[in-house]
Amino acid sequence: MTVLLELRDVVKHFPVRDALGRRAGAVHAVDGVSLSVAEGEVLAIVGESGCGKSTLGRVMLRLIEPDSGSVRFAGEDLATLSPSALRARRRDMQIIFQDPFGSLDPRMTVAQAIAEPLRLHRLVPRAEEPARVTELLRRVGLRPESAGRWPHEFSGGQRQRIAIARALASNPRLIIGDEPVSALDVSVQAQVINLLRDLIRDLRLTFVLVSHDLGVVRHVADRVAVMYLGRIVEEGPAEEVLGAPRHPYTRALVAAMPGAQTKTPPLEGDVPSPIAPPSGCRFHTRCAFAAERCRAETPRLEGMGHAVACHFAESLPPPAERIAALGGGERLARLQAFFRGTAPSPTGMGEHA
Amino acid sequence: MWLWLLKRIGQVLPTLFILSILIFGLQQLMPGDPALILAGEERGDPQVLAQIRAELRLDRPIYEQYLYWIGNVLTGDFGFSWRIRMPVSQLILDKLPVTAQLAAMSFIIAVLIGVPAGIISAVKRDQPADWAANGVALFGISTPNFWLGIMMILFFSAELGWLPPSGYVPLTEDFWQSIATTIMPAFVLGTGVASVLMRHTRAAMLTALSQDYVRTARAKGLRERVVVWKHALRNALIPVVTLGAIEFGRLLAGAVLTEQVFTIPGFGKLIVDAVFNRDYPVVQGVVLATALIFVLLSLVADLLYMAINPRLRQA
Repeated sequence: MTVLLELRDVVKHFPVRDALGRRAGAVHAVDGVSLSVAEGEVLAIVGESGCGKSTLGRVMLRLIEPDSGSVRFAGEDLATLSPSALRARRRDMQIIFQDPFGSLDPRMTVAQAIAEPLRLHRLVPRAEEPARVTELLRRVGLRPESAGRWPHEFSGGQRQRIAIARALASNPRLIIGDEPVSALDVSVQAQVINLLRDLIRDLRLTFVLVSHDLGVVRHVADRVAVMYLGRIVEEGPAEEVLGAPRHPYTRALVAAMPGAQTKTPPLEGDVPSPIAPPSGCRFHTRCAFAAERCRAETPRLEGMGHAVACHFAESLPPPAERIAALGGGERLARLQAFFRGTAPSPTGMGEHA
Repeated sequence: MWLWLLKRIGQVLPTLFILSILIFGLQQLMPGDPALILAGEERGDPQVLAQIRAELRLDRPIYEQYLYWIGNVLTGDFGFSWRIRMPVSQLILDKLPVTAQLAAMSFIIAVLIGVPAGIISAVKRDQPADWAANGVALFGISTPNFWLGIMMILFFSAELGWLPPSGYVPLTEDFWQSIATTIMPAFVLGTGVASVLMRHTRAAMLTALSQDYVRTARAKGLRERVVVWKHALRNALIPVVTLGAIEFGRLLAGAVLTEQVFTIPGFGKLIVDAVFNRDYPVVQGVVLATALIFVLLSLVADLLYMAINPRLRQA
């Protein structure tokens, strides 16, 4: 498999200023992240709010400039591209944002929003634009008549479909989904996840899913990277990371999934401030297994295939129970099955489906 | 939408009705007896006073006076000035073009300065250009118009001799001379409005620039210029347009102090003179005309708002 996107030691700090505009520290949003995404792979970046996952997603597309480190797309360092070359490159990498109400320009019709990238990158002749817009709308399950309407006339789920169609318009090789379903109702979430999964499969997309919802992640991701306070603490194949998590933080996350049968106690306290992250292993303030070494020494992300950044990854007791069948996705799975029309609904709602 | 439009237009009439009562009622509270002022030298003669009062219907109950006035207004008769001995409608038609010209010029100046300054300061947020624009805007808001007017006269007329210090030449008489007599007052009035427009444009642009659709536009690979003009500005201008229409209405209501400083014979000067002379028909007529203009402009603002904001169109 060829590597499509490669990040090396990416750092992004946001300066914090006091009332007089003096620099008073920085939010360590992304603090030395290295990652690679293979062509055709679905990588999920998971973690709590504020762990830097959205920033990382934006740095990948260079919507935000990293302070240091490199981002290579298809072997090309994005930092060395001229502004115009970078803009031209953008047809290959697109993003879907979380809030479907904010991500569509309220003064553009659906057709205009979808056609803009087509025109910009001269992808289809003007005459064929409407046909391509119709095709894209069909592809995401919207009626072609939607083209002439305004974003405000659609529901959240429909708007997210429009955002997906827009992202697909330029035939990108990489799409980043920044919490693409977390603003939607649960029932709509299932539909949109199904749609994304089908699109990824059919169009052989490379997809980076930024999400805090492990249930969603499990349904689409090939690989998972777990972030905590700007760093990756565990990374590997989705089944392994979610099925047999090794880092204490991942364990706690997995244990917190609804329906997970585990005795791992839930995490206590809040995430420490990213302005002054803890020394050593950043998780030591909340880790049940923390020792002196964890306070002093930063663990490296180690291991082939399934990597963990924990001094005691080898010696920790195995999780009390293997997370049985990952029950967290159960409700979601039922909903997905319902909307696919394959399973009879236990509540009888499926009769007319 | 058409129903909304009808409703909206329907609101204009009751608004004007209430305004007419307010205008009429408030004026009764003004101290001073118009009859005394009109009688002049003969104010000592009760017979003269009674005659004036009877002639002007000042001896009738207030509601009767109001009904008489509003009845005439509805037929297009705004009455007759007690002092200047001219029909009020004629006075309004004489002064309106002056004020309209001044307002239009001020507004153009305000938009040309305020909107670009707002855009620049939002795009260059927290950079020297932003600080400069904010500083100038603060100056524009906080400088009294009459002071700025006097300073401009001192500098451009007294010192440099470039522009006439006061007076007014109608557009139809001599175009360039007309511009020369109005450019300074227009600038004085325009700076205040420009500052307001600048602050609002800046705020609206900052909001728009932080929206995801602007990020989306950047992610599409659009040039920053296109992102700012096409995506951010088109959305940011929606509230600014409404504000602009209202500010334009305020300009049309006449600028009392500025017109005094430059001795421009506009609405502002007309109304001040009328108030001092207790020339009730003129006060009523001019204020009502101003109110009508204002109400119509805010109607225009609403229509514009609907035209540029697709979210309101189908409602």
